[in-house]
Amino acid sequence: MTAPSMPTPVIAAENLNLIFDTADGAVQALKDVNLTIAKGDFVSFIGPSGCGKTTLLRVIADLEQPTSGTITVNGMTPDAARRARAYGYVFQAAGLYPWRTIEGNVKLPLEIMGYSAEERRQRAARVLDLVELTGFEKKFPWQLSGGMQQRASIARALAFDADILLMDEPFGALDEIVRDRLNEELLKLWDRTQKTIAFVTHSIPEAVYLSTRIVVMSPRPGRITDIIDSPLPRHRPLDIRDSPEFIEIAHRVREGLRAGHVED
Amino acid sequence: MKSVLPVLTVTLAILALWYAAVVPMNAQWERDQAARAGTELTTAELVTRTMSQSRPRLPAPHQVAVELWNSTWVEERHGRRGLWNTGTLSNRSLVHHGWITLLATFLGFAIGTTLGFALAVGIVYNRAMDASVMPWAIASQTIPIIALAPMIIVVLNSVGISGLLPKAIIAAYLSFFPVVVGMVKGLRAPDAMQLDQMKTWNASGLQGFLKLRLPSSMPYFFASMKIGIAASLVGTIVGELPVQQGGLGVRLLTGSYYGQTVQIWSALFAAAILAAAMVGAIGVIQRLTLKRMGLSS
Repeated sequence: MTAPSMPTPVIAAENLNLIFDTADGAVQALKDVNLTIAKGDFVSFIGPSGCGKTTLLRVIADLEQPTSGTITVNGMTPDAARRARAYGYVFQAAGLYPWRTIEGNVKLPLEIMGYSAEERRQRAARVLDLVELTGFEKKFPWQLSGGMQQRASIARALAFDADILLMDEPFGALDEIVRDRLNEELLKLWDRTQKTIAFVTHSIPEAVYLSTRIVVMSPRPGRITDIIDSPLPRHRPLDIRDSPEFIEIAHRVREGLRAGHVED
Repeated sequence: MKSVLPVLTVTLAILALWYAAVVPMNAQWERDQAARAGTELTTAELVTRTMSQSRPRLPAPHQVAVELWNSTWVEERHGRRGLWNTGTLSNRSLVHHGWITLLATFLGFAIGTTLGFALAVGIVYNRAMDASVMPWAIASQTIPIIALAPMIIVVLNSVGISGLLPKAIIAAYLSFFPVVVGMVKGLRAPDAMQLDQMKTWNASGLQGFLKLRLPSSMPYFFASMKIGIAASLVGTIVGELPVQQGGLGVRLLTGSYYGQTVQIWSALFAAAILAAAMVGAIGVIQRLTLKRMGLSS
């Protein structure tokens, strides 16, 4: 692989191992993971279930602790980075509080972090505009479609200006058409905000369309089998997916996934 | 409004069953009376007489209704000791006794709900309490309250506590339990993802409690309180039996001493009306609160 010049790695993992003790014995969720993510990267983690892609994201977020190896986030330990509110995390389910309006949900992390009422209002308005939910501030989550709920949850993760966005299959539960639109919007948002995004998915087109780098993983033990630097330009219309470059990368990802399976 | 018809149907069915049971339940006494007097009873006579005895085995619904009316409005309005004549509630009226019961019920419910809430928070946040409290709470509810009530009264009396509080404590003993069970479930309603989410925001334990666990538990809280306040009423009535200082429990007991079945039944109905009103009141608060929270669709 050809690593681009990385002045300041936002996320750097070295020989990361994570072993879960389960009732059926030890399970190696991550084995010898080495990875650096540069500022402004859009990195996708792709692989079959059990390959450790979500676990890796959770290690970055300090929701799991590695058994061995080192990992830094913004040059800090994940724990320190979490306390410094270095990242916003978008889960697979929108996880909006049903008793809060959309605006109230977006304000929730801001309340927890102690922003003033005026600041909360301004920030909520700004990020809701960013995900095109202006006008829905006073609606309750159940009044919105699944796609709109997920957009609200992205707005919530953006509200406190963390420069890293960790996304765990955020569009996994949505249908193809909504997913396409949200992918397009996410790219625009990434372009505008210059955030570093780590994105877990099991959709090859989604990974190729969104990413500047694609990390292919395989299960038992969970490990990285290939890291692909995408030659696609930063600006990507949806029909780029019919271009030969796109198809070529998708092919390589598919090969990588297949290779991981053959080894089992 | 759609629920009126089914409710009415069931009520009428119960009334019909009740009236049908009144005749055979009370017939023997009328037949004995007739035999002693050497007369024969026609069926029509038998039916009317079984429904107007002064101490029937089973009073007819209208007898209970009349007694309810007489021992509330009529007693207070026209009675020698009634509110209109003396300025205070008559000690022969169900209003007086219902009020005594209501006070102890509310106090007991407040104590029980507070205790249940506190225990639930302890169980959810403290590993030792999680492992130890629930078996005791369950064990406490397996002891018949009727056996426990006199002991609580005697023990509290020996340390100088009497009057309202002992009854309220017996009420609390019954009403804390549904609140513990419901609130443990309610405070644990947030799933792993929501708790992780709080962690990603570096929320403090108190913030997690106030912003996530507590609001999540509200539907459970109201369901628990509905059961709790009904249990509290039962506890109060049981507590009134040994105390003998007024209340619906005392009305039930004196009714049974003197064979005043009509009085017993009217006291029972007064208790049922009280319970329905209290559960209904909590239901109204529940609807308003959950609506404000956007939780009712």
